[in-house]
Amino acid sequence: MATIYVCDREGAERSIQGTDGFSLMETLRAGGFEEILAICGGCASCATCHVYVDAAFLEKLSPMSLDEDDLLDASAHRRPESRLSCQIRVSDALDGLRVTIAPED
Amino acid sequence: MTDVYDVVIVGSGHAGAQVALALLQRKFAGSIAILTEEHVLPYERPPLSKEYLTREKPLDRILIRPAAFWAERGVSFRHGFRVVALDPEARRVICASGERVGYGALVWAAGGRPRMLPDLPAPLANVHVLRNVEDADRLMAGLEAAQRVAIVGAGYIGLEVAAAGAVLGKAVTVVEAADRVLARVSGPALSRFLVEEHRARGVDIRLSATLAGIEAGAGRVTALRLSDGARIACDCLIVGIGVAPAVAPLLAAGARGGNGVWVDPFCRTTLPDVFAVGDCALHANPFADGREIRLESVQNATDMAKVAARTLMGDPAPCEEVPWFWSNQYDLRLQSVGLVAGHDTEILRGRPEDRSFSVLYLRDGRLCAADCVNAVKDYVAARRLVAGGTRLDPARLADAATPLKEMIPAAAVC
Repeated sequence: MATIYVCDREGAERSIQGTDGFSLMETLRAGGFEEILAICGGCASCATCHVYVDAAFLEKLSPMSLDEDDLLDASAHRRPESRLSCQIRVSDALDGLRVTIAPED
Repeated sequence: MTDVYDVVIVGSGHAGAQVALALLQRKFAGSIAILTEEHVLPYERPPLSKEYLTREKPLDRILIRPAAFWAERGVSFRHGFRVVALDPEARRVICASGERVGYGALVWAAGGRPRMLPDLPAPLANVHVLRNVEDADRLMAGLEAAQRVAIVGAGYIGLEVAAAGAVLGKAVTVVEAADRVLARVSGPALSRFLVEEHRARGVDIRLSATLAGIEAGAGRVTALRLSDGARIACDCLIVGIGVAPAVAPLLAAGARGGNGVWVDPFCRTTLPDVFAVGDCALHANPFADGREIRLESVQNATDMAKVAARTLMGDPAPCEEVPWFWSNQYDLRLQSVGLVAGHDTEILRGRPEDRSFSVLYLRDGRLCAADCVNAVKDYVAARRLVAGGTRLDPARLADAATPLKEMIPAAAVC
């Protein structure tokens, strides 16, 4: 099981346990982060589950689809390490992943 | 003894749940209770006509937050609680069982109930609506036993259920009174495209078709009769003809309203410390030219909930978010922004036969809405263009080779 370290919008960090096969968005939601809106429920139709991924892990994630790339453009807070958490599948390979919840748009 | 909470939320849909989430996020220190007719914790509704219906996602994967989340934060739930009356003087709501709950502030997020066919004889076992998870569970059981599925109404619910039915291998017929699908919310180009897509998947869509009668036997619908004489035999009937807002107790208590309960831009009703959010809230919408409308969408539920939470906590900011919406049917991702009403020009951008295109709606040269099919780039840019309200060149908009993004005024690009 992967341990994921999450930094919320106030800068507080805590760790949560990921479940194999679930998305990072589902994991954050289950982990109790109020800030993750995930309005579209994870079907990549909005950009309300935006996170910054620790650069060391960017390459371990499944590549970004064109749609995800386009949706991230909707955010005023996009950075090179931006991802939509609903598009990241949690697996043991992500053990130790650090993510920061991006500011609200 | 009457239980009293600082904030009482009526309804546990997206709007009700989000009010509680927004209060928690803002470190609200008071007590919060959610009174709901439902017997389960808040869940996402959109999958009910999509992945939940096709059994790709179970209930625990569509819960807005897990049980432990609400419990740890002390949010109280009263399930099976139907509010039938409101006493604004005594600040309490009264449940169908007679139980009373007192409030410091009340947030009405009760949504609505699906409209039923007016001349349906008696309750029939195989007639369905789709609004909550109980409806969905009943429909799933009904679909399992059915081969021929009839759907009345070609709005989003009707079309999404038609797509799910076709994917499940059912013979689906959709009956729509208007001369096109999605007539209330979209332009004709999108309607034409969707009809062709559904027909290509074997869905029988009957437009300009009015119901003349319903044949029933042994407590079940057996066929629909249309006014043109057609007879559509079915084992299962789904009625998707809109939602009636659940606001009767508020109106009876003297709140202004009619088609929904009226709220100001801060989600306040005309009753003291009574707020309303989501599908049931009638509000003057800046993207509808200030007309008073209700919006039935997750986006509207979420944004109004955030506004109500801010007002409640003494940090008010008016609701002025651009409306947006999505629908998934087959492999089509439809994303809409703005409101289709009062436009004078409709521009097709891209080719529907490529299954990736957008329909742009303009008024006085300004983009007021866009429907984007498998065209996320257009959708993202259209959101900025609708919000920005600048004058645009129709010829450039129609040129799919020029990114819409390039038409966003420099100051608006982030």
